[in-house]
Amino acid sequence: MNKPKTKKLLFLFRHAPYGSALAKEGIDAVLAASAYDQDLSVLFMDDGVFQLLKHQKPDDIEEKNIINILSAFTLYDIQSLFVCQESLAERGLRNTDIAIGINIVAHNTVSQLLSQQDHILSF
Amino acid sequence: MIFSLAIYATPSVQSSDSAYRFANALVAHNHTLYRIFFYHDGVYHGSQLNTPAQDEVDHTVRWQQFAKQHNVDMVICIASGLRRGILNSKEATRYEKSAHNLAEGFELSGLGQLVDAAVYSDRLVTFGH
Repeated sequence: MNKPKTKKLLFLFRHAPYGSALAKEGIDAVLAASAYDQDLSVLFMDDGVFQLLKHQKPDDIEEKNIINILSAFTLYDIQSLFVCQESLAERGLRNTDIAIGINIVAHNTVSQLLSQQDHILSF
Repeated sequence: MIFSLAIYATPSVQSSDSAYRFANALVAHNHTLYRIFFYHDGVYHGSQLNTPAQDEVDHTVRWQQFAKQHNVDMVICIASGLRRGILNSKEATRYEKSAHNLAEGFELSGLGQLVDAAVYSDRLVTFGH
């Protein structure tokens, strides 16, 4: 089969980090995809914004800190990171609560971002 | 149109059933189904030890029959599978386990197969948990 054109893939995170393995396995998928030379973006919205918080202490529940893995995104050259501003506000969270460098975007930009993609992989 | 499915749902939940019905609708309408990628709790579909009651649907057998009939690639994510005890004989040997349970027709492979499915498909449809 011929090699198709580079695709725009958005990884969408909508769940809190430790209630299930979904967040962790979603991040694994992002890291795997980074090896395939595609146009990747990552968007956190709804309860997914909780993955980004500073001062997580998952050691207490014998889980790995998801921030350590998210911080590796830049090492994998994954630069297009977005978080939904309204999702933060609805949960009483501020920009200063976020542990990693990320673009904070409003709903209209989220809509644009979603509409530009070839595929959305939702976690 | 070329489709792939990503199934995160364990066999006992609604979206697992929806995925199966959607897959049947695709082939009925002459679309191409490039790959079914089982991820997260979806990997439980690949255990040949699933033993539902006789008057209940056997999700593993149902997918096996579907894949055979329509020649569809069914991949179980190896990392998700190992975490949840879905192993083929090779992995059982590697991790010194006394048994293996990957059902025939399913293949253990890496997340690259999900990315490859996205690259080669016009549509990737996710069936969440």
